[in-house]
Amino acid sequence: MAGKEAYITGVGQSEVGVRLPRHPLLLTVDAVREALDNAGLRLDQIDGVFTYPGKMNGYTAFSPVGSEDLIEVLGIKSKWHMGAMEQPAQLSAIGMAAMAVKQGVCRHVICFRTVYEAGGMADPAQYMSGAKQDTVTGSSQWTSPFWATSAACWTAQYAARHMHRYGMTREQLAQIAINGSKNAMANPRARAITKEELTLDKYMSARMITTPLCLYDCDRFSDASTVVIVSAGDALDEVTATPIRIAAMSGSVDRYSWDQVEEFAAYETGADLWTRTDYTAADVDTVQFYDGFAFLPITWLEGLGFCPKGEGGRFIEGGKRIARDGELPLNTFGGQLGAGRLHGFGFAHEAVTQLRGAAGERQIGGDPKLAVATSGGGPMAAALLLARD
Amino acid sequence: MNPPRPKPKLDQENTAFWTGGGQGQLNITRCGDCGEFTHPPRILCRHCQSENVAPHAVPGTGTIDSFTVNHQPWAKGLEVPYVIARVKLDGAPGVFLTTNIVRSPVETVDFEDKVRVTFEEQDGIFYPLFEKVA
Repeated sequence: MAGKEAYITGVGQSEVGVRLPRHPLLLTVDAVREALDNAGLRLDQIDGVFTYPGKMNGYTAFSPVGSEDLIEVLGIKSKWHMGAMEQPAQLSAIGMAAMAVKQGVCRHVICFRTVYEAGGMADPAQYMSGAKQDTVTGSSQWTSPFWATSAACWTAQYAARHMHRYGMTREQLAQIAINGSKNAMANPRARAITKEELTLDKYMSARMITTPLCLYDCDRFSDASTVVIVSAGDALDEVTATPIRIAAMSGSVDRYSWDQVEEFAAYETGADLWTRTDYTAADVDTVQFYDGFAFLPITWLEGLGFCPKGEGGRFIEGGKRIARDGELPLNTFGGQLGAGRLHGFGFAHEAVTQLRGAAGERQIGGDPKLAVATSGGGPMAAALLLARD
Repeated sequence: MNPPRPKPKLDQENTAFWTGGGQGQLNITRCGDCGEFTHPPRILCRHCQSENVAPHAVPGTGTIDSFTVNHQPWAKGLEVPYVIARVKLDGAPGVFLTTNIVRSPVETVDFEDKVRVTFEEQDGIFYPLFEKVA
């Protein structure tokens, strides 16, 4: 049935850093070249370009490169392309590409996410293309007037409620950030972001951003591009790398309003994922969970059933279970907390790298064959189950 | 002195919410057919899709479902810390508001606290903030 399946055949990433001098379009091209080399494909074999969220004005370098830019400068003869924010979180671009190759519309699709927020903030005149607005509209009008300006303020309230209801502690939550920093130290590309291992003492004495989230619970602006190539099952003979099958995928949204949802979409997405496969959570060798804030992996652990609801804090207590040599290695590349706010695609990149045994110093043992990569948190989310057959 | 609060752009859907405080009212969109509430406000009911919706004054009391004490000044001159809360409204089942809890020291705010609305007017907008019920 390989012909009907979708595979990830190549992954690539640019240099990662903070205020990189290299233009975001060039970073994207760097990542494309690495992904093509990785897959063993040529540019003239690419016939689709999918990205999240597409080029956006009005947000300083949040998404400065669109699919149109790559099509234009690389001369891609695209059969289908897309960049859109109204999808269930970042990895949905890969999900849409998988649908395109399963449908036979495309054979090899470049999926990418480029962020340049650190560089953009340093040069807003260059990268702030939208006019500054003097009023708030859309969903932000329900939060910004109360100075709940950042997603940190929204996520914090659900984290606080989780602590209140289930007894999660800051010492437990700290393990996400500590684990991320430890793994980032073994990831050459993350060393521009994390220079030393985080200790519990340092975490506990860090500046509070918005309770219970402290400085180390929040990712920070970084610059980079990450590329994932999705290929049709009947085009694998053109690829030289080990293909990784997208064994299942799921995405969900209930309400678009952060403050109207009872719980984050990781719960619904996680439960739905297992209805689309014969695999179970017990089969998974490693998890790469979106951690824009340290609380989000807790919701994924519970939502995907790695532990009962409310037990996420106790599950990660002490950090051994989620370490690279633990029973469920989590965010082995450092996650966003350790490896930069690359906004979602790093999780799929790392899952593929681990499943191929190509992670070098940070490679987990045990010949991993199955991984979960997720993106999002809050009202919408997406998850991919990736398998090396 | 705090900077001015970000100002919502008034439109057909949200005006009753953002200006109701001028009459001392917290207005939430309610369906005249099924009786359910739709928030954020829209021009049709999200429960039965009826167009027979109108602003409805709710009691203005509620309960703190969750909250965060924010320490980060997200705008120049913003005084911290302050409390951002998710308030479950009385009389409007299923509706929550993001708001600030004011006139209490931040360390005295807690889950399940009973609160009531108090409006802060700025440039024609009546921001619904909440204070603890003694």
